[in-house]
Amino acid sequence: AAQKLHSGTITLLNTNPSLDTSNLPPSVSCVINAKAKDSLAETMSLLIKKAQDTKSFTHILAPGTKFGSNILPRAAAMIDSSPVSDVIDVLGEDTFIRPIYAGNALAKVQSTESVKVLSVRSTAFDKAELGASSATVEELEMDEEQTLTEFVSANESQSDRPELSSASVVVSGGRGMKDGDNFEMLFGLADKLNGAVGASRAAVDAGFVPNDMQVGQTGKVVAPDLYIAVGISGAIQHLSGMKDSKTIVAINNDAEAPIFQVADYGLTQDLFKAVPELTEKL
Amino acid sequence: MKILVGVKRVVDYAVKVRVGADGAGVNLKNVKMSMNPFCEIAVEEAVKLKENKDAKVSEVIALSVGPKQCQETLRTALAMGCDRGIHITTDKRTDYMELQSDAIAKLFQKVIEEKEEGIDLVLVGKQAIDSDCGQVGPAVAGRMGWPQATFAAKVDLDGDGLLVERETDSGTETIKVNSLPAVVTCDLRLNTPRYATLPNIMKAKKKKVDTYKIEDFDVDLEPKNKILEVFEPPPRKEGILVDDVNTLIDKLRNEASVLQ
Repeated sequence: AAQKLHSGTITLLNTNPSLDTSNLPPSVSCVINAKAKDSLAETMSLLIKKAQDTKSFTHILAPGTKFGSNILPRAAAMIDSSPVSDVIDVLGEDTFIRPIYAGNALAKVQSTESVKVLSVRSTAFDKAELGASSATVEELEMDEEQTLTEFVSANESQSDRPELSSASVVVSGGRGMKDGDNFEMLFGLADKLNGAVGASRAAVDAGFVPNDMQVGQTGKVVAPDLYIAVGISGAIQHLSGMKDSKTIVAINNDAEAPIFQVADYGLTQDLFKAVPELTEKL
Repeated sequence: MKILVGVKRVVDYAVKVRVGADGAGVNLKNVKMSMNPFCEIAVEEAVKLKENKDAKVSEVIALSVGPKQCQETLRTALAMGCDRGIHITTDKRTDYMELQSDAIAKLFQKVIEEKEEGIDLVLVGKQAIDSDCGQVGPAVAGRMGWPQATFAAKVDLDGDGLLVERETDSGTETIKVNSLPAVVTCDLRLNTPRYATLPNIMKAKKKKVDTYKIEDFDVDLEPKNKILEVFEPPPRKEGILVDDVNTLIDKLRNEASVLQ
């Protein structure tokens, strides 16, 4: 997204000590290695403010993930700029497109701020190619650590499967899966397709699967080449998280389910029969 | 503990919105409006804290910015258990078109600094389902220099502060808010909001709502992000039903070219 914005310099603010700075998108001309004891919003926004104060960037970008959305509005408030979140297209240095109303409407927005702070929907942009980088590397340290919050512990899923937000194939299960054990069937199908597994809010709320698998307006937004919705009715909020997928397949024995209105291919069959059959025949 | 809860009046989550042909925004005429679902969760969390003797909550104040109909939204918050309401009146659209998150955050700051002394906790929803910005919570925290805990899935008292389990991109993490005052934004699984019972709805009519005009606050209301146009996303090509798995595989392989 930064590359689409302008052809000027792009600086990366990095807090990962093991980042290989010789292998980066060639458009990145500078890397600021920042010492941060954690990635809490209070810590990160102090770093961003310090970097901004010293270097006067015209644009500050972050991914529109929970990580970015936690930090960016705080940092923007500290530099007194009104951010634009969830940018899906860049039309110029100050003009962007972002979804509103769960993506049922799109807004063309022109920022009048001198420093434009943007969070970017990753599925809407191609990945910048990595290459041999000659980016200069600088260090950034905070004068003192913030004492407002402390990191205690993390409870995070580890998986060998592709990451849900960036997988090219996603198989998602909904309330129709009936219980968490049945998701094994979807993991099997996903593995055949080298894909990730997601879920509707209903499945997460029912305790079938953990929250980081939720696809939807307030979960993850995905746009894979292939999205297979299994036992998902297709509520507005779920559609908002997957309707930009290139090909959508719906398997649901309820022919009236709204999911069929966005599906390219619909199969009105019992998923407990269709999914094993599909997995076997692939 | 004195709690300030933000409640926003938005298009009801079940409504299918239509974009006006003039490109000027989503059509809100005669559309069902409700309290933003994440604001309901925030109100519920505030009321639960009030019911927890250890929290020693003296007062829960609900704050809403918008047209006169926001009085209904505030009455719902009061019926759920808030003690008092504050209504900042404006006819500007609050669905991103005119009043944006930065102005709202500045209004929160004014209320905290000038109207309501001693706010210990600001509870807001993680995002509004109309503007989908999710900025007010962290922006208020940034402006006030307060700790923040966003996407809260569980909030516990911990000494002078809070222990919050929050949702992340790959699961959850637990953070300590060392002391109050603080801002917490509420995610889906934090709690299940209660229905306002009829006796509580009647009681709510007697609770106080202070009304202020938005112009009375020294806040720049001009949207810093000008909306040039609002349009509907391009519609998807109509799909087809297939009869069986074999046909599905054939289509995916040969028509959609998504399979080897």
